[in-house]
Amino acid sequence: MSGGESANRPGQFMGYALPWGFVALLALVPVVFPDPYLLAVLTSAGIFIIGAISLNLLLGYTGQLSLGHVAFFGLGAYASALATLGFDIAIGFGLRLQVAPQPVWVGFLAAILVAGGFGWLLGRLAFRVRGAFFVILTVCFAQVLRMVALNWVELTQGPMALIGIPGFALWWPGEGVVELTRKDQNYWLVLAVTVLAFLLVRQLVQSRFGRAMVALRANESLARSVGIRVTHYLTVAAVISAGIAGAAGSLFAHYTRIIDPDVFLFIYTVTMVIMVVTGGKGTLWGPVVGGFIFGLMPDLLRGTAPPEVQWVIYGAAMILFVMFLPRGIVPALQALLRRRAA
Amino acid sequence: MSAATPARPLLEVENLAVHIGGLVAIADMSFAVPAGQVVSLIGPNGAGKTTAFNVISGYMRATAGRIRFEGSDLAGLTPERIAARGLTRSFQRSSVFAGCSVFENALMALHLRGRAGLLGALLALPFARREEKQLHAEAEALLALVGLADRAARPADSLAYGEQRRLGIAMAAASRPRLLLLDEPAAGLNPTETEALMALLRALRDQGMTVLLVEHDMAMVMRLSDHIVVLNQGRIIAAGPPDAVRRDKAVIRAYLGSAAEEALHAEA
Ligand SMILES: Nc1ncnc2c1ncn2[C@@H]1O[C@H](COP(=O)(O)OP(=O)(O)OP(=O)(O)O)[C@@H](O)[C@H]1O
Ligand SMILES: [Mg+2]
Repeated sequence: MSGGESANRPGQFMGYALPWGFVALLALVPVVFPDPYLLAVLTSAGIFIIGAISLNLLLGYTGQLSLGHVAFFGLGAYASALATLGFDIAIGFGLRLQVAPQPVWVGFLAAILVAGGFGWLLGRLAFRVRGAFFVILTVCFAQVLRMVALNWVELTQGPMALIGIPGFALWWPGEGVVELTRKDQNYWLVLAVTVLAFLLVRQLVQSRFGRAMVALRANESLARSVGIRVTHYLTVAAVISAGIAGAAGSLFAHYTRIIDPDVFLFIYTVTMVIMVVTGGKGTLWGPVVGGFIFGLMPDLLRGTAPPEVQWVIYGAAMILFVMFLPRGIVPALQALLRRRAA
Repeated sequence: MSAATPARPLLEVENLAVHIGGLVAIADMSFAVPAGQVVSLIGPNGAGKTTAFNVISGYMRATAGRIRFEGSDLAGLTPERIAARGLTRSFQRSSVFAGCSVFENALMALHLRGRAGLLGALLALPFARREEKQLHAEAEALLALVGLADRAARPADSLAYGEQRRLGIAMAAASRPRLLLLDEPAAGLNPTETEALMALLRALRDQGMTVLLVEHDMAMVMRLSDHIVVLNQGRIIAAGPPDAVRRDKAVIRAYLGSAAEEALHAEA
């Protein structure tokens, strides 16, 4: 959060020109470097950055460590894929549930709603049990969903994966409504959603709502004494966080066109946590900076060393960041800038 | 002060009992706080004063008894609901939002003065922006009231001890509660700071806040209180106006100790 008065705000350049210039540069990448491999790498990094932005709302701003965050990502991916593919399953009592294939935007909304709904459920359940129990509950939640995805073959095809997922369909200048099949189109879509997620979270945390979340993290009993409703704010934060993660999952499903139960893998949660923690939890730019570093590192290392060595480097980088910049890169940079300004 | 004298006191505590494990922290406690007054709850260490505050403000459950605020029972309400009804408290141990500036602390404490929710924030609705501006103005006024205006940008946890105490009081009073519970606000303050604190408490009372005070500084309690309740080992041993309490034998024995008793005799 920026400190109350305008004098404390970063200048116009830092607060406005720099971020939008950065977005403009990113938007130009497909024009200047139309390399499909580069675009693919940046697109999947972007999807993870959206996930990290959503995790930061819970982990960074409310201070709740959710180690099952990938659950919402996976739920979004499956909800969106199933809505667009349609399904016909037995739901017991001799009844069947049939859904005809829907347009992709319906799938996208379904992803947000389903993930957000589960976020609400988890929030309601878990915020009664706090601390370590909450962490365990979130891990179990993601594992249970993975088991469901593996075994509910009629709905999810289990380990055979859901295939033939349509690409995102959007109105495109000069072409009308088209299915986004080109790498550059998907890149721009992910960039746009990332910017939207960033703006949404920024809007939220710089308001009375965000202040209440930070107050709860900083000192819960004091926050309650000034009338901040703990369960309300934590639950709403969980819903929004889960909804954004669900949107990222939907983008992932329609970008890769194939999903299997591995979208619920624990390692993806870990990746998002690393992005948030190294970048700086509870800062707006933390998940973006951490997301770029740890989202691109595997691809930058690819081909330079055997995979095992790559993972060692990845792990070492993570440990070094956490050791030397325990609060994250962005807070360290902010402190540096402040010292130079003073 | 409110001109009308309501038949009902603002706060009524009736036959309150609090057991912590096997310990009787409070036994059969009854007292009332009339609107517009400063009532003090005093007693030696471990008498149960903070416990009483914790129960009244919703942080602990009573084992028995009732607490009524403006006539309605507070049983089962969370601290945040009780605060929303107009009853807030400060903490005996300095308590701030660590890692946030003094100004942010003030804004956070003004939570109940605002209404804006999710939609207002997401859509940057005009009313939400207006409210935000107004809250900023209120935060400035609040800090000015407790003499912390020039500390606004400092991290709250870097303030000097006395300043943190004042910030704590400001935050408890921020939502303009009708009843303010203060737990040892003068602890650790020097005489000048204590004098300033008394002026602040009088100002708050004159703004319409009723104060229930826990305090060890007897001089301050005697000068400020309209009514004093004396607690020892969880039981009320005396209650009345300052002059009566000062002369009460049981109080002198239990609370002030023999040294103070001698001092009082010497004074008389
Ligand atoms: N959470 C708790 N667990 C166990 N015992 C407690 C707890 N809170 C209070 N007590 C006990 O209850 C009794 C009353 O404590 P309380 O803190 O209310 O006293 P106090 O009057 O505020 O004292 P002081 O003047 O030292 O602040 C003490 O014997 C204390 O040890
Ligand atoms: Mg106490």
